[in-house]
Amino acid sequence: MSRLPFYLLVGVLFLAGVAMTLHRHYQLEVPWTPGEQRQVWEVEAQVNFTALGEPVLVDMALPSSQEGFRLLTEHTASPGFGLSFIEKDEARRAQWSIREASGSQQLYYTAQVLRAPSNPPPRLASPPPQRDIVWERPYDTAAAQLIERAWSRSADPFTFARELLHDFDEERQGENARLLLTQFERTPLLVRLLNQADVRAREVSGLRLEDGRRRQSLSSWVQVFDGEQWALFDPATGAQGRPDNLLIWEGNGQAVLEVEGGTNSRVNFSMIARNQPAAAAVRNQLADDTLLNFSIHSLPLEEQALFQTILLIPIGALVVVLLRILVGIKTSGTFMPVLIALAFIQTSLATGLIGFLLVVSVGLVIRSYLSYLNLLLVARVTAVIITVIGIISVFSVLAYRFGLNAGLTITFFPMIILAWTIERMSILWEEEGPKEVLIQGGGSLFTAVLAFLAMNNPWVRHITFNFLGVQLILMALILMIGNYTGYRLLELRRFKPVTEE
Amino acid sequence: MGEWTTPGKLSAKGIIGMNRRNIRYIGRYNNRRLYPLVDDKLQTKLLAERYEITTPALIGTVSTQFGVKRLGELLAPQSGFVIKPAKGSGGKGILVVDRVEGGDYIKPSGARMSLSDVERHVSNILSGLYSLGGAPDVALVEALINFDESLSAYTYEGVPDIRVIVFKGYPVMAMMRLSTAASDGKANLHQGAVGVGLDIATGTAIRGVQFDRTRHDHPDTGHELISLAIPDWPTLLLLAAGCYEMTGLGYLGTDMVLDRDQGPMLLELNARPGLAIQMANGEGLRRRLDLVEAQPEGVSPEERVAFSRRHFARRSELATAAGA
Ligand SMILES: Nc1ncnc2c1ncn2[C@@H]1O[C@H](COP(=O)(O)OP(=O)(O)O)[C@@H](O)[C@H]1O
Ligand SMILES: [Mg+2]
Repeated sequence: MSRLPFYLLVGVLFLAGVAMTLHRHYQLEVPWTPGEQRQVWEVEAQVNFTALGEPVLVDMALPSSQEGFRLLTEHTASPGFGLSFIEKDEARRAQWSIREASGSQQLYYTAQVLRAPSNPPPRLASPPPQRDIVWERPYDTAAAQLIERAWSRSADPFTFARELLHDFDEERQGENARLLLTQFERTPLLVRLLNQADVRAREVSGLRLEDGRRRQSLSSWVQVFDGEQWALFDPATGAQGRPDNLLIWEGNGQAVLEVEGGTNSRVNFSMIARNQPAAAAVRNQLADDTLLNFSIHSLPLEEQALFQTILLIPIGALVVVLLRILVGIKTSGTFMPVLIALAFIQTSLATGLIGFLLVVSVGLVIRSYLSYLNLLLVARVTAVIITVIGIISVFSVLAYRFGLNAGLTITFFPMIILAWTIERMSILWEEEGPKEVLIQGGGSLFTAVLAFLAMNNPWVRHITFNFLGVQLILMALILMIGNYTGYRLLELRRFKPVTEE
Repeated sequence: MGEWTTPGKLSAKGIIGMNRRNIRYIGRYNNRRLYPLVDDKLQTKLLAERYEITTPALIGTVSTQFGVKRLGELLAPQSGFVIKPAKGSGGKGILVVDRVEGGDYIKPSGARMSLSDVERHVSNILSGLYSLGGAPDVALVEALINFDESLSAYTYEGVPDIRVIVFKGYPVMAMMRLSTAASDGKANLHQGAVGVGLDIATGTAIRGVQFDRTRHDHPDTGHELISLAIPDWPTLLLLAAGCYEMTGLGYLGTDMVLDRDQGPMLLELNARPGLAIQMANGEGLRRRLDLVEAQPEGVSPEERVAFSRRHFARRSELATAAGA
């Protein structure tokens, strides 16, 4: 029997798990640790215009996830207006419409944007088509000279753009630049000159994020394409590169705001930054990312909380597997310790341990009486279950009376499991004596405590909940351990005498 | 290093650990489908009858709570008997009754039980208290084995049994298990019975262990263990080797007993035999299993026994210890 398919399966599971995990970390910005803080910007765009009493169509550009930022959620407030989001050629736009409106109007759009330094730039948009550029006299010569000058001092589109922008610098402006600026606006002019020199470029609008700012407007930037990459240039200074706090609002060379049926239209922005724990920021993400993200994170919050616990169970089970196969610890009931550990999560460790020992030892005493009654097994275990419920109720009431509210959490113990534990321990006691009870009971409790420590670790909780791929990795790991033929740790002591002679 | 040894030393001795036993031998050579044949002592008994392998006589079975009420009738003609769960293991739920005195049932330890104590025990067996997975079970009532007089000095209050590991039909290792006060008339090692490794060639003692630690004498009788020699040894090995054909299980623990009148008998079979036998023999199973694995299939039981006796012969360590 070849083991190849087995190792193949393990390898596939492992790689798939790693890939899913890395995908969630790098694509979706889920951090490795729960404590990491993420900056979330809340940006509000307010559109103002005066309606003319006729049908109104407002068309505004919207930001998308981009290099450095990830769009989390968005809302609009626009009473009475119809609204649709339109996505075309990578440009996202909102269209508000109304049959009739007059007077001053306000429309609001709010976006939550996550600061995500490693968010990759979006896939390359196709560069805009070149238009034939026609200049009037005398601007044509000025333009030609400027291009000529920059061309001779540059090597590629980016250096060309840099040289060209240099010549429009406030201090170094020459005659030609000054002449052109009297007739054209700076950014469209620069784009026009670049295009004329066969350099693909476009004007984009960006918002500088500064905490607590209000009534901000967009600034225009020149984006240059060198055949492979886009680069951003500041038209005022000629500096190349995107400032960290620049959110590109409109990146396709289109108008930011177009209003039909209204005048005096303008849009301004206010923004605040909040620091959120990374996990919370992740939770706010739009759940439409990719197939890999069809996950439980798209469930309602309450169901997600349930899954948070369910996804921890494999960790507890892994602890059991490790302790049984690699260490050789005996437990009473294979996965009973995991269930006890789950109860510890609700009760806290100290209360849980004390509660467990109290319930089991009182249960054992009562069970030893039951064994005189000569009952059938099912009936006896049922009697033990009722006894356990009784003990738990008594302890809860006592704890409450003494003001020990922690004692109330004892009700989280899985009662049927406790009853079976008591039943097994008691048989063990009769059959093999108290020593074996101590060994197996102690082993179970030790395993439960370790499982609890593993499952209650904030980092483990974060990883298991946010990276479903980890489940596949765990699966691969457990399959591998299931294949382990070496010695168990405790066997090194058990078989010691054989090696002595 | 005190209590601990290293994996290197263990594998140099050829010791097999739990994980290796489970994956490499039980997992590979024991087909799960065949487990019920050995996990159910009643089935084993019936099967053994077909293969003409002797087992202790079956007095009767109790399979319903109603049947428990008629236990008295069943037991009335018996002077000694054993009640055990058909699907029990490790000595759990086994009740050995030596004799009956004035309506009381006397255990080997001398403890007395009333009929209702026995009934309760049987009722517990039926509800699965002692059985694998807690499933409802059947109680077997078996004739008490009158064990060979020559061995009585070595044991205390119970029938010693002989565990032979049979791998692919070859007896590979053997030990005798002597019951002690601690093990309450049952010869199961983890309950405190003494294990004495036996030379496969001769059936004589090699060394003894109790609770996984070396012993040279019986803890209760104080009798030294070295002089232990099993009568009728080749017959016993042949019987054990035949269990391979009977069950089809490749890695098998056979529990044999020696009856005064009927000679070697099969007590029960085990699909997951324990590893303590290595301690009792002071040697790991690995080398022997490897050797057997290299042997061809289709060899007769007689030839297999001869092969084992030739290849797995040992010189007694107790002899050297006693001589020194
Ligand atoms: N018929 C019998 N007569 C005397 N002793 C017995 C008998 N059957 C079992 N025993 C004792 O009980 C022990 C365990 O019995 P066994 O049938 O091997 O069950 P288990 O599967 O629990 O080991 C034996 O080693 C032996 O000492
Ligand atoms: Mg046995």
